[in-house]
Amino acid sequence: MDSVTQLDLSKLNVRQVNQILHHELPDSGTQRVEILNPNGLHSIAAGLDREITVDLLGHAGYFIGGMNKLATVTIHGNVGWSVAENIMSGTVRVKGHASESAGASGHGGLVVIEGDASSRCGISMKGCDIVVGGSVGHFSAFMAQSGTLVVCGDAGPNIGDSLYEATIYVRGKIHSLGADAQEEDMQAEDFEQVDHLLAAAEIDCDSKNFRRVASARSLYHWNADAHQEY
Amino acid sequence: MCGIVGLLLKSNELRESLGQLVTPMLDCMGTRGPDSAGLAVFHQLADPEQIRFGLFSSRADFDWQSFHDRFVRDTQCDGSIRFTKKHAAQISSIDVDAFKQWLSSSHPDVDLISTGRAIEMYKDEGTPREIATRYNFPELAGTHAVGHTRMATESAVSPAHAHPYTAGQDFCLVHNGSLSNPYSIRRRLESHGIEFETDNDTEAGCRFLEWRMREGDTLEQAIETSITELDGFFTFLMATADRMVLVRDAFACKPAVVAETDSYIAVASEFRALAHLPDIKQADVFEPAPEQIYSWTL
Repeated sequence: MDSVTQLDLSKLNVRQVNQILHHELPDSGTQRVEILNPNGLHSIAAGLDREITVDLLGHAGYFIGGMNKLATVTIHGNVGWSVAENIMSGTVRVKGHASESAGASGHGGLVVIEGDASSRCGISMKGCDIVVGGSVGHFSAFMAQSGTLVVCGDAGPNIGDSLYEATIYVRGKIHSLGADAQEEDMQAEDFEQVDHLLAAAEIDCDSKNFRRVASARSLYHWNADAHQEY
Repeated sequence: MCGIVGLLLKSNELRESLGQLVTPMLDCMGTRGPDSAGLAVFHQLADPEQIRFGLFSSRADFDWQSFHDRFVRDTQCDGSIRFTKKHAAQISSIDVDAFKQWLSSSHPDVDLISTGRAIEMYKDEGTPREIATRYNFPELAGTHAVGHTRMATESAVSPAHAHPYTAGQDFCLVHNGSLSNPYSIRRRLESHGIEFETDNDTEAGCRFLEWRMREGDTLEQAIETSITELDGFFTFLMATADRMVLVRDAFACKPAVVAETDSYIAVASEFRALAHLPDIKQADVFEPAPEQIYSWTL
């Protein structure tokens, strides 16, 4: 059985904890770290760049698991703004709810929000995959360039506004589509993709009721005759 | 930036500890607002005839006892005074307009910063920690409190520009965000005879809401109107004698988190300000949705 290192944020500060995670764990073997008393603090387990498993036991603050590479970070509670911001690879999982901008500008890897994500989830995502067990707030996947956002619940206002080549799948109600986002028919490969991501996220949900939202690509070229109306 | 905090205690046994619970919340939000801070605490006066007048002098050595003696001599009204440095609460059954008239003629340098049967107000320049120590916040008791830590972006740093803002009686507002049409709101209200103390955007929001309520709106109706009429970003936290009310604008880019247990409702800009509260691990913790009015009553 793997040994577990416990780091207590009531005794260490965030910089000390991150220093240990970055530089002071043994170089070889699988490592598991539990972080106690995150208490809403920011930037915990940010910038990890190897295959370690980190569990935060409680609610955490902003920028948790930011820039993650290879590591598996699980938050056993809620998180504040920008969890897994700019994730490169690995997995960041939130067992509770996430506030704004979850997975913002993520390049790769998987972000799982088991509860609800708030506004701007997946804003400017660039290749990561995000699976939300609950609903997402307004302007989610705003200007998303690549990757997939799967929403098992509802989508708030203006989903996919100014979307590039990311794909969005929504199972529940869509409050409204953003500028240049359109609903498209689900093809066999869409169902496959949703099934694949739900399995990877370990979220029990049937892919058959999902709908696909993607870019209409009418914003790709400036149209001087459009009078700013799209 | 700015930070907001609010705590409404449902259980009687916690009410003696209101100051002890809310002071760390305010202190924690000092990183979001280090230049000034304020706290409004609510607790009903025993005598329904009496009003608590919250007063502020720019001088920490102001002679509040002489102020009170002169008040009693001039007005022949009963009353008592409690004071700490720049702040005092003159308690009396005097008519509100009569008190304002007496204050402006006898002490034009003293500001009336709150009026009501329940509200007690503190605000000053400095870090929240300094202000909490200066005015003994941990010792305050009451049913609920709202507080603010300010990082000024649109008007001067001064005690008068610090939040909470009050208007009318037993109503106050703290605000994280910025309004972009406070001057047009202000001109509109001034045409109704409403006077302003500062050039702060939040004061315009506060006076707008109180004006709507005086015109017959419920607080909810006033907030609905403000969502249409006020342009800008806001997370508003309001308190009346028996309620705490929260609303965020449509874009909701100014944060807020709510924690609810059987004993209390706590609101803050960030969860870390709530982490010390009793039974927080069992609390229902959620982010309030945009344009939805959350109201909690004692």
